[in-house]
Amino acid sequence: MAEAHPVGFQWVMEAKRRGAKVFHVDPRFTRTSAVADSYLPIRAGTDIALLGGVVRYILDNELDFREYVLSYTNAATIVSEEFSDTEDGDGFFSGFDPETGTYVQDSWQYEGNEGSSGSGHTAKERDSASGLEHESHGAQIDGDTPRDETLQHPRCVYQILKRHFARYTPEMVERVCGIPQDKFLELAEAWTRNSGRERTGMLIYSVGWTQHSVGVQYIRTGAIIQLLLGNMGRPGGGVMALRGHASIQGSTDIPTLFNLLPGYLPMPHHADHPTFDEWVDSIRHPGQKGFWGNAGSFAASLLKAYWGDAATPENDYCYGYLPRLTGDHGTYQQVLNMIDGKIKGYFLLGQNPAVGSAHGRAQRLGMANLDWLVVRDLFMIESATFWQNGPEVATGEIVPKECRTEVFFLPAASHVEKEGTFTQTQRLLQWREKAVEPPGDARSELWFFYHLGRKLREKLADSPLPRDRALLDLTWDYPTHGPQAEPSAEAVLREINGYDVATGRPLSSFAEARADGSTAIGCWIYTGVYADGVNQAARRKSRHEQDWVAAEWGWAWPANRRILYNRASADPDGNPWSERKRYVWWDAEKSEWTGYDVPDFEKTKPPSYQPPPGASGTEGIAGDDPFIMQGDGKGWLYAPSGVLDGPLPTHYEPVESPVRNPLYGQQANPTRKMYAHPVNSVNPSPPEQHSQVFPYVFTVSRLTEHHTAGAMSRTVSPLAELQPEMFVEVSPELAVERGLAHLGWAHLVSGRAVIEAKVLVTDRLTPLRVENRLIHQVWLPYHFGFEGLVTGDSANDLFGISLDPNVLIQESKVGTCDVRPGRRPTGPALLDLVADYQRRAGINPGHNAPAVTTDSEGKEHGAS
Amino acid sequence: MGLRTFIEGWPVYRQLTGTDPLGRGAAAKSDGSRALTARTEDADSVARSVCPYCAVGCGQRVFVKDGQVSQIEGDPDSPISRGRLCPKGSASKSLVTSPLRQTTVRYRRPYSTQWEDLELDTALDMIADRMLAAREQTWEDVDTQGRPLNRTLGFSSLGGATLDNEENYLIKKLFTAMGALQIENQARI
Amino acid sequence: MLPDPNSLYGPLDPAPDAGYENAPPRMGFFTDTSVCIGCKACEVACKEWNGVPESGLDLLGMSYDNTGALTANSWRHVAFIEQPRPAGHRTPPFAGTPTDGSVSAASAAAAAGTSERTGTDPGVPTGTPSAAARMAGGGPADVLGAIAADPTAAGRGDAGPQFLGMPGAQPPGRGTGVEERTDFRWLMMSDVCKHCTHAACLDVCPTGSLFRTEFGTVVVQEDICNGCGYCISACPYGVIDQRKDDGRAWKCTLCYDRLGAGMTPACAQACPTESIQYGPLDELRERAAARVATLHERGVPEARLYGHDPNDGVGGDGAFFLLLDEPEVYGLPPDPVVTTRDLPKMWKRAGLAALAMAAATVAAFVGGSS
Repeated sequence: MAEAHPVGFQWVMEAKRRGAKVFHVDPRFTRTSAVADSYLPIRAGTDIALLGGVVRYILDNELDFREYVLSYTNAATIVSEEFSDTEDGDGFFSGFDPETGTYVQDSWQYEGNEGSSGSGHTAKERDSASGLEHESHGAQIDGDTPRDETLQHPRCVYQILKRHFARYTPEMVERVCGIPQDKFLELAEAWTRNSGRERTGMLIYSVGWTQHSVGVQYIRTGAIIQLLLGNMGRPGGGVMALRGHASIQGSTDIPTLFNLLPGYLPMPHHADHPTFDEWVDSIRHPGQKGFWGNAGSFAASLLKAYWGDAATPENDYCYGYLPRLTGDHGTYQQVLNMIDGKIKGYFLLGQNPAVGSAHGRAQRLGMANLDWLVVRDLFMIESATFWQNGPEVATGEIVPKECRTEVFFLPAASHVEKEGTFTQTQRLLQWREKAVEPPGDARSELWFFYHLGRKLREKLADSPLPRDRALLDLTWDYPTHGPQAEPSAEAVLREINGYDVATGRPLSSFAEARADGSTAIGCWIYTGVYADGVNQAARRKSRHEQDWVAAEWGWAWPANRRILYNRASADPDGNPWSERKRYVWWDAEKSEWTGYDVPDFEKTKPPSYQPPPGASGTEGIAGDDPFIMQGDGKGWLYAPSGVLDGPLPTHYEPVESPVRNPLYGQQANPTRKMYAHPVNSVNPSPPEQHSQVFPYVFTVSRLTEHHTAGAMSRTVSPLAELQPEMFVEVSPELAVERGLAHLGWAHLVSGRAVIEAKVLVTDRLTPLRVENRLIHQVWLPYHFGFEGLVTGDSANDLFGISLDPNVLIQESKVGTCDVRPGRRPTGPALLDLVADYQRRAGINPGHNAPAVTTDSEGKEHGAS
Repeated sequence: MGLRTFIEGWPVYRQLTGTDPLGRGAAAKSDGSRALTARTEDADSVARSVCPYCAVGCGQRVFVKDGQVSQIEGDPDSPISRGRLCPKGSASKSLVTSPLRQTTVRYRRPYSTQWEDLELDTALDMIADRMLAAREQTWEDVDTQGRPLNRTLGFSSLGGATLDNEENYLIKKLFTAMGALQIENQARI
Repeated sequence: MLPDPNSLYGPLDPAPDAGYENAPPRMGFFTDTSVCIGCKACEVACKEWNGVPESGLDLLGMSYDNTGALTANSWRHVAFIEQPRPAGHRTPPFAGTPTDGSVSAASAAAAAGTSERTGTDPGVPTGTPSAAARMAGGGPADVLGAIAADPTAAGRGDAGPQFLGMPGAQPPGRGTGVEERTDFRWLMMSDVCKHCTHAACLDVCPTGSLFRTEFGTVVVQEDICNGCGYCISACPYGVIDQRKDDGRAWKCTLCYDRLGAGMTPACAQACPTESIQYGPLDELRERAAARVATLHERGVPEARLYGHDPNDGVGGDGAFFLLLDEPEVYGLPPDPVVTTRDLPKMWKRAGLAALAMAAATVAAFVGGSS
């Protein structure tokens, strides 16, 4: 965190000053470790084993915050007797379908709900990254699930959890992660000690957790711990995702993502959502509890915002205009399709995949096979010049005179040359004022897309084709101003906020959304950001003039709420758990929820409220159910659906690993998304042969001095000089083993690429003892490329493409490689070297190793 | 400048007659030093902004003089950052004023070995034509069973995490209306 | 007005001494290295505000320090020291992992041998292998004297007996198989001009370019400096430096222009963790003493102040530090002395000599005439 989010880290230092104990887990000793109280070196890709160890420690010693766990989580809920665990399946849950490599989730359900998993077979959901829709939207849960408040029933979640994590002992943590038992116990003791009415603990992660083939389950494990310790919805608690780009949260909420529409409404699927009603029902699950019951209002209001007068109840608000998913249309599938010549054009909007995405060579080869490419950036980035200066030009794979891609480079406006909102990592929207005009041809994306849309509509104005109606009926009439005819960002924000169609009055809350076409809302979770016609995101009341929650600085979604699920900061009766941890509570005199923050609960629903039998939607949420977006109002220790690779996290080895999974016969995540494409490959891991060809583990991350793919830092002199060259960090032990000299050169080889880097031999890296073997890890920054003031080979070139099944994010935090002294070869010799490694490792590009690695044939893995 | 003023302005005179006999302080102060002000003091305007790098969302104050950014520094009012910035945020002025910034449209013809210039409006027009052509060639009305698809997989887009919400909103809205599904950004990576 | 008898040595409030009537309180920096996260925001913020040019694009291999030293083009410099030493009360980071001996001293030494220069002529060079080895030396404090006396030996001691102090001569870590490294700490310190109470640079400046401000800070006036370079050899810390392309001397001004406007210097304003604190020196000294006491209570006995003492060789620094090791480890002189300390004595002697000479001459004339 000190390394990549230094200013956010001031709050960790503040907590430390007040006596908080800081633990840092990382494969390498970083600037965060330098000031942490305890540093745990870990083998990259083994976090579930570590966290699973903590879960076991909590359960074995009964250190959970019992009152919280009983009331606010699904610990007492009883699970179907059809469910069988990885304990019995050698790493498989019940319901695995080896044919598709995915699960049928029926047996994972709560007792009595077996037939209503809401998803059933999940192969389709994996391809369309829609598994998590059910997590955020709540799975279809019968209002009344059987519970055992004594937590003794063998099939209650608590007992299942206990059995599932029983093998994650301190010894096992040491064997898998390379973390000595003493260290692990120090962490487990400190974490569990900070739990209960008086104390909380906080968990912070970043893409070190998401960029894995089991990434979602890493975060699930963290969430389980935080629920068991009562750390959710409370001040000083939580699971904090530190996101890495100024508005990456915003670009998820208002998604430039293939599978979502604004406000986490799913992009319709051609087979599952033929009609508006079926689409809405798939979100709201008729009869289900929770706030998603209003999905129809959110959906109709979005379509109304898109298509205005043309959207009527009679035509289902132009639902038919929406394009339909048929499967995986994610960025990696797109790149492979580019290589295969299926995609003609590509827009890059402030993104540099030639450096920043996994398998850089595939990225560049894909772009070299387009008809046209539009790059909008501040700088001439690698993704714009790959045809001229890329490494494939040096190897002869891309010949400029033979590369057909037509490239448009359009300069972009910087953050001070336009106005608009960023949504930062805690969902806070902050409006930026414009300081100066953009130089020359530089324009905002707002300008570019508004005027592009205008031109497209002009060109099609006379089109009789039905397909063009969606574009022609689109509301696209934003006021413009200034010499460049810049569209009004405030007008767009107002549409995002939503308004009453008849009067134009901006809405104050998404509770005002209607399904009858009387409201238009661009992104329902942002409703309120323009309440009363005032740009709430532009609020800048000084921190010196308000309390520590600072509710009048910017605006947080939803409803300016700073901590989600904050009903859990009070006990079941509505009283603060303690004076120290007072945050939101029930004011019995006024009969309403009150506190420092906006209560994340219906304001006047008393703690004693019990829903009438058969109640659904918000009415079905009891007065002591804080997790109001969940189908049962509970925090999920066990996820009966929503997570495609299992209701509980399970340690699988990274796709590329030097060791056999010590916990189960199943080596890696059996449901991971794999691409059998000639450009792609995976280095062999046990139980396959030849894993020793790539004996070392490598991991990549950021340096404080640089930003992502380097376009905003390698081009900026005061940053470039601070970290001027690509380097690789190695331990003294590995330096000896491989004959590497400090500040000398080394090159690293994977089945995809070979890159070179200067060597930094440092005590900050350590070998680890894993399964009685010595495992060496090396670390690389991923910021370097071939353009800018400082250049170097790109670490992401080393990775292949394997994705998490839930979110289709690539495993780019861990891989295997060889490390050799000296510089890499150049030209065709470089390709020969990689080919030689592929041959020795038995890699057959375009073919995947079998996903299932349990050796005993005929052994049951679940339903198969 | 009269002779008297000249003499009084002479450091040795000031040193001999003033309070600084060793001539190391007040007497040694140059005209330049006397005229020195913080350039933020005489800025024409100050914009309240937010750092463009990571997602912490640190407040920035952007000082403008004669239409140019003269300084960017932390906003002390911000409850998130309390006026502080990391090296990247501190380098924001260098970022937006970098001599490496491209400020004109550049165009590379197919099979060409070099860049050439292009008018912005021409570029916009050419891009619109190419989008429509790609859409035309790859349009899918229905699937094999006659269910609607309403889409093109002929072009795609990557980016958004560094852009404004308003911008992402227009991108998604326009692409969706064109039937273009393949939009992605860093959140997938 | 007569100068203070301590004008050249000893405790003093420098601004009034330099002729400022009703001077504001002396302002300065307290840099608490125990909370430094090495982000280098200070280096960048300084460059952005003061328009300091690039100082070179060289990978130095001195841990994460690619700035190398305080130079005309780097007025803040964050030093990174990797040490096989326990870090206060903290758990040993590598306890239980299968490590051999430490390599940091070797790394640093090899790095310092790089052919890339970071200083600007005739400024202070980056350092020598022995100096770097000493920086990374570590070991218990009582050995440090020995290390300072014989840095090469100390470097060997930590890097393994075969280490030759030459890059590439020996892969670091070799021959250290019997050792284990469990303790480790990574020290970071943002160094800056000390704005000495007795600033030799100012004393020797023949043009009056260097002057004492009303805030008690020491500033080069770029409109006066003629690039003579006397100040450079006078600085006991090796801070002030000449810029190659314009010949003038440059260093931290403690953002004199910002101070005049009541603002905080750019580095202190940016610092995310309040490692760099700016304020009235008296207040900072109190705060620093309290911080040391807190750290001692919390089991960090190695915390100590540097440059805070008005009785030291420079009369105390306007920019002082909380360190977690001996000053040498950070590349700071252990006992800096204002190089002009002996000036009055020398003038006195010179005066006496001159008088004697004159007397002798007179005597000669007298004698001659007699």
